[in-house]
Amino acid sequence: MKIKRRDFLKGAAGGLALLSLDADDSHARSVQALPPEALGILYDSTLCVGCNSCMPACKKANNMDPEFSGNQQIWDNPPDLSSKTLNVIKRYSNGTAATKDVEIDGYAFIKRQCLHCVDPSCVTACPVSALIKDESTGIVIYNKHACIGCRYCQVACPYNIPKFEWDDPFPEIVKCQLCHHLIEDGGMPACCSVCPTGASLFGKVSELIVETRRRLQMKPGKEYDFPVSSLNSGKSHQYKAPKYLRHVYGKEELGGTQVMYMSAVDYTKFGLPSFPKESFVSMASGIQYAIYKGMVYPLVVLAGLIFMVKKNKSEDEQRKNNENNEPREGNHE
Amino acid sequence: MSKAKPLGGRIITPTLFICVIFTGFFLYFAVQRFVFGIGSVTNLNDGFPWGIWIAYDVVVGSAFACGGYVMALMVYVLNKGEFHPLVRPALLASMFGYTLAGVSVFLDIGRYWNAYNLYLPWQMNFHSVMFEVAMCIGTYIFVLWLEFSPAFVEKWHLTKAGSFLNRIVFALIALGVLLPTMHQSSLGTMMLMAGFKLDPLWHTSSLPLLFLLTAIFMGFAMVIFEGTLSSRIYDLGDETAMFSKIARIVSWVLGFYMVIRFQNIFMRGELGHAFSGSFLGNMFLLENVLLLVGLVILGAEKKRSNPQALFVAAVAILLGGSLFRFNTYIIGFDPGTGWKYFPSVGEQMITYGLIAIEIGAYTVFVKFFSVFTTHTPVKSNQKERIPHV
Repeated sequence: MKIKRRDFLKGAAGGLALLSLDADDSHARSVQALPPEALGILYDSTLCVGCNSCMPACKKANNMDPEFSGNQQIWDNPPDLSSKTLNVIKRYSNGTAATKDVEIDGYAFIKRQCLHCVDPSCVTACPVSALIKDESTGIVIYNKHACIGCRYCQVACPYNIPKFEWDDPFPEIVKCQLCHHLIEDGGMPACCSVCPTGASLFGKVSELIVETRRRLQMKPGKEYDFPVSSLNSGKSHQYKAPKYLRHVYGKEELGGTQVMYMSAVDYTKFGLPSFPKESFVSMASGIQYAIYKGMVYPLVVLAGLIFMVKKNKSEDEQRKNNENNEPREGNHE
Repeated sequence: MSKAKPLGGRIITPTLFICVIFTGFFLYFAVQRFVFGIGSVTNLNDGFPWGIWIAYDVVVGSAFACGGYVMALMVYVLNKGEFHPLVRPALLASMFGYTLAGVSVFLDIGRYWNAYNLYLPWQMNFHSVMFEVAMCIGTYIFVLWLEFSPAFVEKWHLTKAGSFLNRIVFALIALGVLLPTMHQSSLGTMMLMAGFKLDPLWHTSSLPLLFLLTAIFMGFAMVIFEGTLSSRIYDLGDETAMFSKIARIVSWVLGFYMVIRFQNIFMRGELGHAFSGSFLGNMFLLENVLLLVGLVILGAEKKRSNPQALFVAAVAILLGGSLFRFNTYIIGFDPGTGWKYFPSVGEQMITYGLIAIEIGAYTVFVKFFSVFTTHTPVKSNQKERIPHV
């Protein structure tokens, strides 16, 4: 009996050791791969002229009201993403802001929205599968009928994308869903269909990646064709190629994203953090997986515990019975 | 060995009266939250989606409520029968602590009417740490009430239910040890997902182990804290001998924790950050100085047989452990977009109200049900007696 208890304690200690393992050693979970038919957006900051036409188009496509900021109450003018705004164009500017796409004394635009991660933290975090990644398109979709409003997705998202309706007694999580309702009917995200310059370009992620390679090989200053709205729309404009950064944001960040950025200005200037290739998800769920896979460890521990408690409890009762049979001194009853 | 029995005495006391007032505040703000939304009561925002309702009521509160867990572990698993008189008071405190953590979660989740989705097999997400924590805590609240239910059986002479309980009680106790081990460590795993938002002083893959250890020593410290107070207030006699035995165990667990904590910080090269004099560095130091104070007191055999020193050490450990958990969930958390968070008055009132309900219900329960085992009162302890609290 004694030996059995020691064995159990050893097992428990082993479980504890597992808990303290470094993530690298406990990779029981494979990192999610990009679905072959995954859809996404390539946003080229150098093509964006800051006309903001994607913003009201987004509101219209998603039945949302305009959001005002400052004193004006005339047109949609959100300062940032919020529970009322899924898509926003923000501006970086420095010094005199004279030249576009230059870091010093220049300015540049960035489009903020859900990036539809290849390995999304929010999907792993959600306890009730209210956020799921569509198996074929890879779009991260929200299901309000399952959501319990715990907001773990907000804590988990490295880009701070999911927003919560704080002032609604029946709140929802709000984020861009890549206009999947339009895509189902053969359409494309509203922001891409209205973009006049092709800065927001819709397409298959695999083809968009090919397009980023084409752009990175362009000779700055020389004129090239740039497709508008989507890769296969047939429409295109001719522009002089800018001096691109040799880094496509979202191609590898935290396992990659389906919305990608190209720019001539460093991404950290737009408030986009520089991230490692491995997602934080794989670290957390790697540990979780090593311990809870198939619930084997917990069940073994439970069996051991039941055994020991039962044994100790019956010994305890026997002791008590013996005591009860003996005459008690100074009893309280 | 004397049996546990109800204390009796006056129910309406000044303490209970104060608790009822705070419960009133709690109800007022709870109604406001349900009518106008979470934003109308709290300072929570999209950068800080979790505030004190999670960080205090659930994360710290459940560690305070680990007394039932550690005492069950000691008595029934490690077979230290001598601590038996401490089990039921600890279970009672745990039962209220966890139940009110559950209440707090219900206030905090935005779409509470959808909570049943956690129990629909096709909606369950087994990859989610939150799912595991929610299931474990939900089940554990239920287990705690069942573990405590022999007190109800004794009170109302429910012989049938009693014999049924007796048949399953060992399984309940085993679950009562397994579930906290699981979810207390997972409360640490939870914040791994925060990634770069959590300062490296707290973001480490050892978080699950650190959270489990804090739960254990905070559970023990709470047993000492609560036991010291109630033995004074309710004239239960001198329990210092039992507490100093527990204190010895705490000193080992706490020592182990401190070694891991600093080894981890050192190995990851964050020691400079800890001593840099920055706000977060200082919070880290404060958290560990408090724990160190507890460790130094409890490590000395002479000190830990002194009831005053024991009490001071327990308070220091409870504060240090709580600060570690607060740091991990709020203070060390920075979403990096200029967001700030400090709990609003309404938010704090909900938390104070929950604590008041806990204390009030505890004082009523110990008078009605068999919780405490009275020893022969030691006369010297009766000097500072506070009647009818």
